[in-house]
Amino acid sequence: MSHVWLPFWPKNAAYSASLVDAIDIAEFCLILLILCFVFGMMLLFCLRYRRGSGIPRHEPNVKSWHWEIGWTSATLVAFLVLFVFGAKAYLFLYKPPAHHQLELYVVGKQWMWKVQHPGGQREIDAVHLPVNRVVKVILASQDVIHSFYVPAFRLKHDVVPGQFETFWFEPDRTGSYPLECSEFCGVEHAHMIGTVTVMSDAGYAQWLADQGATRSLAQQGFALFRRYGCSGCHDPASTVHAPSLDGLFGSVVHLADGRTTVADERYVRDCILIPATQRVAGYPPVMPSFQGQLSEEDLVRILAYVKSLSAGPPQ
Amino acid sequence: MSAADISMAAAVPPSYLGEAHTLSSWLFTRDHKRIAILFFISITFFFFIGGFAAALIRLQLLNPAGTLLQPEVYNRIFTMHGIVMVWFFLIPSIPATLGNFLLPLQIGARDLAFPRLNLFSWYLFTFSGLWAIYFIFIGGVDTGWTFYEPYSSNFAHGHVIAAAVAVFINGFSTIATALNFVVSTHRLRAPGMTWFRLPLFVWAIYATSIVMLLATPVLAMTLALVAIERFWGVGIFNPALGGDPILFQHMFWFYSHPAVYIMVLPAMGVVSELVACFSRRPIFGYTGMCYALISIAIIGFFVWGHHMFTAGISLTSAVFFSLMSFIVAVPSAIKVFNWTATLHNARISFDAPMLYALGFVGLFTIGGLTGLVLATLSADIHLQDTYFVIAHFHFIMVGGTVSAYFGGLHYWWPKITGKRYPEMWARYAAILTFVGFNFTFLPQFILGYLGMPRRYYTYAPDLQTWNVLSSAGASILAVAYVLPLIYLTWSIFHGKRAGPNPWGATGLEWRTSSPPPKHNFPRTPLVTEMPYRYDPRDGSYITQDGLRCGEADV
Repeated sequence: MSHVWLPFWPKNAAYSASLVDAIDIAEFCLILLILCFVFGMMLLFCLRYRRGSGIPRHEPNVKSWHWEIGWTSATLVAFLVLFVFGAKAYLFLYKPPAHHQLELYVVGKQWMWKVQHPGGQREIDAVHLPVNRVVKVILASQDVIHSFYVPAFRLKHDVVPGQFETFWFEPDRTGSYPLECSEFCGVEHAHMIGTVTVMSDAGYAQWLADQGATRSLAQQGFALFRRYGCSGCHDPASTVHAPSLDGLFGSVVHLADGRTTVADERYVRDCILIPATQRVAGYPPVMPSFQGQLSEEDLVRILAYVKSLSAGPPQ
Repeated sequence: MSAADISMAAAVPPSYLGEAHTLSSWLFTRDHKRIAILFFISITFFFFIGGFAAALIRLQLLNPAGTLLQPEVYNRIFTMHGIVMVWFFLIPSIPATLGNFLLPLQIGARDLAFPRLNLFSWYLFTFSGLWAIYFIFIGGVDTGWTFYEPYSSNFAHGHVIAAAVAVFINGFSTIATALNFVVSTHRLRAPGMTWFRLPLFVWAIYATSIVMLLATPVLAMTLALVAIERFWGVGIFNPALGGDPILFQHMFWFYSHPAVYIMVLPAMGVVSELVACFSRRPIFGYTGMCYALISIAIIGFFVWGHHMFTAGISLTSAVFFSLMSFIVAVPSAIKVFNWTATLHNARISFDAPMLYALGFVGLFTIGGLTGLVLATLSADIHLQDTYFVIAHFHFIMVGGTVSAYFGGLHYWWPKITGKRYPEMWARYAAILTFVGFNFTFLPQFILGYLGMPRRYYTYAPDLQTWNVLSSAGASILAVAYVLPLIYLTWSIFHGKRAGPNPWGATGLEWRTSSPPPKHNFPRTPLVTEMPYRYDPRDGSYITQDGLRCGEADV
């Protein structure tokens, strides 16, 4: 735990933090080495070749391009090595995970974080998580751009209005860690902060039970699905020719304009809000847009319901 | 007085300063040197306005509870600091003052190609600057200097459109100046002044001007679109109106990343002049230095995406922009190595300009290397939008550019005013700048790694130590910036008279009187050799007239 003996090292509470730290420490060491070399040379030359020192100077007869090619290629190689390590880690950390054990829906708004758990539990400016689980986070913003930042995980992701962003992390130490908004979002930007609490499995189960949630997120979504009249067309018994949503999430969809896409969070969102751009091949363009009618939190609920149709019968 | 003396006095033309003394002779001047002085007065004013905002920011952050300023006020103050410092100080700083004064002198021309356009550029600049300051004082803007959408569209309060208009108009001033420099460098070089005999300062200003010409119009378009969206509600960037906020970031950084090179390339040019003169050596790898400047200018256009690694851009583009960001650092590294190598076998004197130049090399190296950390994708997702970024770019723009600007100002001060500045005071100021700067910004790297986001008016109490250190350093830095204002002003009235070439330097600007006459040279100079032809054995050099100019003459 480096933060114990280094006053300027932040707490480490996730696998991502160890990975980012390892690359950073190597890079800081390399930088110190280069700085020592450059500053050492400068100091040495400044002392040795100060005006008035008796050191003999000679005609520079060395072909300078030998040196120039040498240090140009050396820096290029060193930089490319840093690039490769950084890019590999980034691709691993920023690619959506193949398997995850838990989903978390986060809506940012001026100036609070609203968190929804699949079981229907809700919290504000606080996130409770079990330790050693891969958590997939779906981010949405109700107004301006925010950024979900947990320094102890060494991770952040911007929360951009108008789209779902997803990323993941795996906390590996229990405890409480600060959650911050790192993209300027207005007057109380500095107070858009909260706490991430990483708990043991038992503690997490207890916490979930204590929240008194009566309906899961998908069940809440189903209620909205009925209320907004979605079921009128998308129900299998409907007489309207609309695509069935059973098993849709995660499947491959062929669109009327010839594109093929995977039905992920972004796709479902766009189908609801800007359906004209996402028309499924073989269906008439009758889906109305729900732009401006659904809050981000309701969208998240409907998304959870659509997802549950691929996971089996609604809970 | 003999008849011969009288005829000599009549033959020497009056200096550009002594030629006329009326206000209108300044306000309607077409002399590039007088316009440079006008720019100098304007940007000094804006520098201290921006510096005042910086002082308020550091005072606020002394206390984690942030009780000095209300949050709305704090947000307006850092926005003002950014807008004023970026567009009304840093971008015009070296090009519009030293560049305007020196470019014609260094290429052996009588003036810039378009003297009226040059004067117009100053009017645009000063008008837009005063416009911006007026709107800042009657209410201000709270978007940050980046005007990020959709916040700036319909969430921000204050004079967003007015500020955008100020920056828009300022852009035309930049374009006019850049156009003038490009045309002058192509068309007005003295006989024999081939491209590879140009001083590196001219190369730097030329490369900068190209970037200004290509990038600034994109900023103008972007800000015009923001204003249109805010005013008429046309959906361009705001998702609530059907726009795309990430598009704004692409367009904004397509200008604003090259703008970083607009700020630092001229500084590199200044430092090359200073290092060569005070080392009494030709710049090591002159040709490499020219190509490095040009490649930074070109590659600098393909790195803008590194401001958006956490914004949800595609992974492929993030990898591309990271790679390009590493590659653009290579020519910068070449320059640092070449400056260091120039010191080898040199005869170095530590006059104030050289102290500033050495300070530049040190601070720029730290800034550049921490830039590599931010270009590393995995590190950026931790450090983006924290104080680590703040510290990094201040090392480049303040530690680098402002140090070089002050170094150049001292170096050419005798040429500009005809007076010597007090050397001891200047050395103190140079050393104070270096110490104060590190004191201010090194703690911010640590704050950033600990996870303190930028633009926070309050913060966690356990970060207070580092913030207090930083604010303490800022007070040293403030002294270091006020000192030159005092003794340089003093020297105009009481300084010793300077000869044509007080440093014993090469370069055409030193072959005319100090201050130079209106049309610079009594007769057009002829150039027959490379720049920086200092003799490495004794630091002397041969002037065009066949005179050996050595250290003893200095």
